[in-house]
Amino acid sequence: MKSLGSIRRSFAPWTDPAARPYIAFENITKRFGDFVAVDDLSLRIYEREFFALLGASGCGKSTLLRMLAGFEEPTSGRILLDGQDLRGIPPYRRPVNMMFQSYALFPHMSVEQNIAFGLKQDGMPKAQIAERVAEMLKLVKLEQFARRKPHQLSGGQRQRVALARSVAKRPKVLLLDEPLGALDKKLREETQFELMDLQQNLGLTFVVVTHDQEEAMTMADRIAILDKGRVMQVATPAEIYEAPSSRFVAGFVGTVNLLEGSVMSRDGASLRIKGASGAEIRVENVPDDVSSGEVAFAIRPEKIKVSPRRPAEGTANVMEGEIFDLAYLGDMTVYHVRLADGQVVKASALNSARVSEDQLTWSDKAWISFAPDAGVVLTR
Amino acid sequence: MVQLATSDHPDPAPAAAAGGFGKAIGNRLVIIVPYLWLFFFFLVPFLIVFKISLSTTAIAMPPYVPVFRLEEGLAGFLDSLGELTLDNYLWLTEDALYFNAYVSSITIAAVSTLITLAVGFPIAYGMARAPAALRPTLLMLVILPFWTSFLIRVYAWIGILKPEGLLNQFLIWLGVIDTPLLILNTNTAIYIGIVYSYLPFMVLPLYAALEKMDYSLVEAAQDLGCPPISAFWKITFPLALPGVVAGSMLVFIPAMGEFVIPDLLGGSQTLMIGKTLWNEFFNNRDWPVSSAVAVILLLLLVVPIMLFQQAQARSLEKDR
Amino acid sequence: MNTTWSRFNIVSIVLGFAFLYIPIVLLIVFSFNESRLVTVWAGFSTKWYGELFRNQGLIDAAWVTARVAFISATVATVLGTMAALALTRYTRFRGRVLFSGMVFAPLVMPEVITGLSLLLLFVAIGLDRGFLTVTLAHITFSMCFVAVVVQSRLISFDRSLEEAAMDLGATPVKTFFAITLPVILPAIVSGWMLAFTLSLDDLVIASFASGPGATTLPMKIYSQVRLGVTPEINAACTILIAIVAVGVLIASVVNKSREVQRQRDEQAAQRH
Repeated sequence: MKSLGSIRRSFAPWTDPAARPYIAFENITKRFGDFVAVDDLSLRIYEREFFALLGASGCGKSTLLRMLAGFEEPTSGRILLDGQDLRGIPPYRRPVNMMFQSYALFPHMSVEQNIAFGLKQDGMPKAQIAERVAEMLKLVKLEQFARRKPHQLSGGQRQRVALARSVAKRPKVLLLDEPLGALDKKLREETQFELMDLQQNLGLTFVVVTHDQEEAMTMADRIAILDKGRVMQVATPAEIYEAPSSRFVAGFVGTVNLLEGSVMSRDGASLRIKGASGAEIRVENVPDDVSSGEVAFAIRPEKIKVSPRRPAEGTANVMEGEIFDLAYLGDMTVYHVRLADGQVVKASALNSARVSEDQLTWSDKAWISFAPDAGVVLTR
Repeated sequence: MVQLATSDHPDPAPAAAAGGFGKAIGNRLVIIVPYLWLFFFFLVPFLIVFKISLSTTAIAMPPYVPVFRLEEGLAGFLDSLGELTLDNYLWLTEDALYFNAYVSSITIAAVSTLITLAVGFPIAYGMARAPAALRPTLLMLVILPFWTSFLIRVYAWIGILKPEGLLNQFLIWLGVIDTPLLILNTNTAIYIGIVYSYLPFMVLPLYAALEKMDYSLVEAAQDLGCPPISAFWKITFPLALPGVVAGSMLVFIPAMGEFVIPDLLGGSQTLMIGKTLWNEFFNNRDWPVSSAVAVILLLLLVVPIMLFQQAQARSLEKDR
Repeated sequence: MNTTWSRFNIVSIVLGFAFLYIPIVLLIVFSFNESRLVTVWAGFSTKWYGELFRNQGLIDAAWVTARVAFISATVATVLGTMAALALTRYTRFRGRVLFSGMVFAPLVMPEVITGLSLLLLFVAIGLDRGFLTVTLAHITFSMCFVAVVVQSRLISFDRSLEEAAMDLGATPVKTFFAITLPVILPAIVSGWMLAFTLSLDDLVIASFASGPGATTLPMKIYSQVRLGVTPEINAACTILIAIVAVGVLIASVVNKSREVQRQRDEQAAQRH
């Protein structure tokens, strides 16, 4: 994906073939009875990376995390942490810590005692524990709540205690299971950035499990999209959104229009595709291995232009349709346009002007158009 | 700072691994100790009861002919198999006393279960409909009698039901009756005693089932044109059914083997199997026959006990 | 259910509780009766309580009962908690079906059968009936009640608490004593109280399992009740009821106030 190179941040060890992965899942399979939770999965995660495992419930993401923490053993395959095979090492001897979805704060212990728990298990001297606990409390801004019990805290405070407790031991890797799942929307947005700062400041490797694509997109350096125990794509958020590798990924992250058709001809990096109704589209930046067969052109709604008048002659990829439905969302308007072949295409337009002259409404005739490089061609 | 175990041991025994926390010996003890205790003090005694029910009565201490004599070895064991006898069971079928006792136990237990259900349902229903703030108090008031001695609660009724007792005094004072009613030492007294003693056992599971129920279901039924009484039978009662089954079994099973209530409230002509067993054992000192009585009683209870356990298991599954 | 409380509901509750409590109230009232006739009121007196404390047989029996109840409740709590752990934590082990059967069956087993079978066991192994045998018998049936109480708490126990402890470096044994046990402690305490009361109340099993020299209070009361109703027995019963009622009331008041405090804390926490 050469065209997307500029989007990447400078931190990108995965582009360096010589870089050694910090965590490596090698051909991991996990079965529970007949159910295959994780299916021959391989993944590499690098030091100091903020890595997100994204998928619907039951996709195997939590199982993966629990295998890394040591609560489950893989049926086959191996997990390496810093080059060391983790098989057979019980959770209490693994240098990883986990922040639980339910927070799992010990209800009979104060905030301080919760944070100190892991340090005590290591036999750290008392004075040092006190020092570290104070440091952690400061880090999560809960100094005045040290003596409180978990039930005396609000949801957001509990989340921060859980976080402080899991980083107190300075683990090599912090595992976060739906870390923001129990918070309300506003708090979640604030906390996302706090988590990112914390990860930067402590220089830890984070592996976060989430079903919330927005959360994953905001926080992660890279995202692995999982489905039925398999990895569908591993890439940066921008790549996932702009260059999904399959129909599943395209549909899973954000809204997408899939225009199905068959390849008519290829000319360099551009392709002509004929849709089911006979309409023809021209697309560019096509991967090298696509030159024939059935394909889908995936394009995001914001990259489609809707207009009440036929676009000027020579505009690429114009289709005629009718406004089937529309939703005014304030900042933008989403149009559902029904094409001649019956397919409904979603297009969104920013409402940059307060009053628009040519407003479209239900049943109006409309034309959609998009640039040849506005979407990607998918074969899977 | 945590350190990884050194990689000199590429594959340590997966014993301590995840999921298998229970491999340690300490954890096995959790199963073994109570298991052995119950095996020795619950299951083995039953086998002994069964064994003795098949042996011959003797006037001795213990008053039965031992069935297995270890010191005689295998030959002795085979001999003793020949000595096993169904006489005690035959005796139970020959003497109408026992048959009548079983039948009357079943009847009394069944009738009093139905009465307890009829009395308990409105109470449980009222509790479930009570304001939420009041419910824990009401619940505690139902449980409280359960914590006070069973014997004391039965004893309290003697003073009430006696011919010159408080109930008769009250009714005569009201002018409802002229001569005292004879209630004590009749089956009526037994019914009252069982209903009274086991009412909390009925109310608690019923309340648990009714309290969980969403009352808007009944409102929906009424909204769809179902009159209240019909809505009760079509919506409330079916949803409370697990509670009805659990409560009924909790009353029926112990009532079948009840001893204290028929002994203290029932008359000498009252036949209930628990009392018969007690008399056979303590008064006639016929251990083999009382063992046979116990075995038959247990057989009669197998079906209700299984019903109850199934209902319990299902509700536990649901809570998971 | 959150709709109005109908008149029918209120009436059934009032009648129901009247039925449950009037006999106990009458029993208590007549323990303060001047007359020896239990059912005729002849003025207030506490003389039967005085009689009671001069009745050495009754006091001896009470002492036996208290010791049996304390020892059996304590042992039963340990065994019952273990059984509950075995049942909730280990879904498959050899003989699990038999084990769960043995835990649940005593709950519904008629007391006459349990009593008879234990007696026959004690005779078969040549154990003299007395204090020890009653205690063993009480442990056996009350451990099953403890198991049920603790099990229901364990089912709702959040296993991620234990995982968190282990994740933070606590070994399984350490996790059990630092996390699991403290969290389920209230259930274990109520299990103990239940076992104690069951032992205190039991007549039938004790009658089978006990021997000379180990007459429990219910056995003593029973033998006197058979001879007729006396105000002295009423007084003894009243004391027993008072002990249990005070215990249960204290427990529930403590629980209630803890619950109220907790809710207040939670509301306060939300305001921050």
